[in-house]
Amino acid sequence: MRGGRKPFFRRQKSCPFSSPDAPKIDYKDVKLLQRFVSERGKIVPRRITAVSSKKQRELARAIKRARNLALLPFVVE
Amino acid sequence: MPYYESVFIARPDISAAQVEALTESMSAIVVEGGGSVAQAEYWGLKSLAYRIKKNRKGHYTMLALDAPAAAVKEFERNMRLNEDILRLMTIRVDELESEPSVMMRNKNSRDERNRRDDRSENKPDAKPDDAAETPTETASPEAEAPAEATNEGEDK
Repeated sequence: MRGGRKPFFRRQKSCPFSSPDAPKIDYKDVKLLQRFVSERGKIVPRRITAVSSKKQRELARAIKRARNLALLPFVVE
Repeated sequence: MPYYESVFIARPDISAAQVEALTESMSAIVVEGGGSVAQAEYWGLKSLAYRIKKNRKGHYTMLALDAPAAAVKEFERNMRLNEDILRLMTIRVDELESEPSVMMRNKNSRDERNRRDDRSENKPDAKPDDAAETPTETASPEAEAPAEATNEGEDK
C-alpha cells in the first residue's frame, strides 16, 4: 500500500441498526442493549461498535432508561 | 390522546396478586381521568441490577396507556405516594406495541433455546468476551441476561 507499509485492510463495518431487518432499539430489550455495554457497565463508543451516530444517540437513551429501571447496572463492581 | 408506556417496580415482599390489585387500582385512576389502559403486562419478580431501597428484586409491571396528560400526571402522583412502588418511569411513545413486549417474548422463548445459543448471541465481534466474565459476588443479572434462573440460586 501507500509508502510501502504493510497492507492492512479493515473490513468495512456497517451499522447494526441500519439494515432493513435490524432490531428496534428499545429500553426493554435488555439482551440487545447488553451487547453495547462494556463489562464495567459503560456504553461502548460507536467507533468500536460501528453504530451510526443517530442510532447511537437512540441507543444511549435506551440504555439510560434501562439503567433507571434497574434492568442494566450503572456500574459493575 | 398521546400514548404512554409506564413501567413500575413494586416491592418484592408483596405477592403477585397484590401487584395485580395495585395495577387494577392504578389503572382505575387513568380511566377516571378519561384515558384507557391498552395493555398491562406483568413481567414477574425480576432481580434488579442494583439495590433499590435495600431490595435486590422487584415485581415489574408495564402499562401501555392512551390517556390525556392530566390523567397520567395524576396516575404518577398516586404511584409516588404508594410505598409499595420502588421505582416508576413513564415515557411517551409514538405508538403502542400491539403484541407483547420483548420482555414477555424472552420469557416465553427462554426455555426453548439452550444456553449455548444465548451465549453466542450475546457475543458481538466488537465487544470483549462476555463469557469470560465470571459471576461476581453480587450475582448481578447483567453478567448474563438469560441466566436469571441460576441467579436466583446464588442470591440465597
